Amino acid sequence: MKKIIKDLTKGTLVENPVLVLALGLCPTLAVTTSAINGLGMGIAATFVLIMSNFIIALIKSLVPPKIRIPIFITVIATFVTIVKLVMAAYTPALSKALGIFIPLIVVNCIILGRAEAFASKHNVLRSLADGIGMGFGFTVTLVLLGAFREILGGGSVFGFNVMGSAFKPALLMILPPGAFLSLGLMVAGSRWLLEKTTGKEAS
Amino acid sequence: MGNLLIIAVGAILINNFVLARFLGLCPFVGVSKKTETAIGMGMAVIFVMTMASAVTWLIWTYFLSPGTSNVFWIIAHAFGSDVAPEAFNLQYLETIAFILVIASLVQFVELVLQKTAPALYEALGIFLPLITTNCAILGVAELNTMSLGYNFLEALVHGVAAGVGFMLALIMMSGIRERLNFAPLPRLMKGLPIAFIISGLMSMAFLGFSGLKF
Repeated sequence: MKKIIKDLTKGTLVENPVLVLALGLCPTLAVTTSAINGLGMGIAATFVLIMSNFIIALIKSLVPPKIRIPIFITVIATFVTIVKLVMAAYTPALSKALGIFIPLIVVNCIILGRAEAFASKHNVLRSLADGIGMGFGFTVTLVLLGAFREILGGGSVFGFNVMGSAFKPALLMILPPGAFLSLGLMVAGSRWLLEKTTGKEAS
Repeated sequence: MGNLLIIAVGAILINNFVLARFLGLCPFVGVSKKTETAIGMGMAVIFVMTMASAVTWLIWTYFLSPGTSNVFWIIAHAFGSDVAPEAFNLQYLETIAFILVIASLVQFVELVLQKTAPALYEALGIFLPLITTNCAILGVAELNTMSLGYNFLEALVHGVAAGVGFMLALIMMSGIRERLNFAPLPRLMKGLPIAFIISGLMSMAFLGFSGLKF
C-alpha cells in the first residue's frame, strides 16, 4: 500500500517527468500556448500512459526480451490512434490546435520510458499507479506552463481575462522563444522547491 | 524548382524543426554537450530523415490512401473484384504504420552500415537506435503526408532540409554549451535551465527569418 501511494505521488515533483527527468519536452513546449491546450495534451498523454502501462504489465511475461521495443511501440501506437480518432470526433477545435502532436504521443519518451523502466518490471496494480502518477505530473506541468504563458502573452487563463484591460500582452511569450524561456525558469524553480522540501542539493 | 528552394529554406531557417516547430528536443538537449557528438548525431538524423521521408511517402500514397493507385485495390481489381477504389481508405492506420516502418528502417540501416561501411557505422552507430524515438522523424513523415500534402520530390527535399536545420541548431547549441562550462552561473540554473534559456534566445534570433520574402 505504501509503495502504491509513493508510485502515485512521485511524479508530481520528486520524479516529475518533464522538470526533473527532462522527458517529453516536444509536446510540453509546443502545445502550451494556453492552459486549455496544455490540459488537453496532458489528459491525452495520461490516458495513453495508463493504458499502455496496464497492457504491458499484463503481457510482460509473454514478451520475448529481444523484440520488446517494437511490441511496446505497437501497443502505444494503438492507444494513440484511439485517442486521435476520439479527439477528432468530439473535440475538433482542440484536435486542430494540438495538430501533429497528437500522433506524436507515440514517440513521447515518457510513455516508452515508463513501459521500459517500470511496467515491464512491476505488477499490474503498481504499473497503473505509476501511469496515473506520472500522467498527473505531466498534466500539472503542462497546465502551469500553459497558464504562465497565457497570462503573460494574452492576459487570460482558460479564456478568462485576469490582467484587466490596461495590460499590454507580451506576444513573445506565446511565440516559440517564450516556451523555452518559461520552461527554463520553471525547471530552475522546481529545483529550488525540491531543495526546500527535501533539504538536499539538486544536481 | 523555385518551389523546392522555398521548401528547403523554409524547413532550415523559417520553420526550423527544433527552434520553431519543437520537434526533436530530447536529442537537442541530450547530445548537445560536445560539438563532435553533435555533428555525428546531426549526420545520422539527416540520413534517416531522408530515407524515412521517402519510405513513408510511398507507404502513404500506395498503401494507405484510397484511389486507383492503392496496391490493395489493384490486387482486388486484378482478381476480378468490383469494389470501389474509395473503399480502401486506411489513412487512420498511419501512426502505427509509420512508427513501425521507421523502427524497422533504422534497424535495417544499422545492419547495412555495419556490413558495408564500418567507418561510417563507427561514426553514426551509437546514435542510430536513439533516432527511432526522435519525434522529428515521425514528425517529418506526418507533416509530409497529412498536414502539408507534398508530392514525392517535395517530401524528399523537406526531409533533407529538416535534417540540415536540426543539425544546424544542434551544432550551434553545442558550441555555446562548450563555452558555458567556464561561465559563472547560479547553481540552480546550471545544466538544463540555462540550456532552455539559450534555446529561447536562439529561437528569438530565428524568428527574424520569418520576415524572409521570396
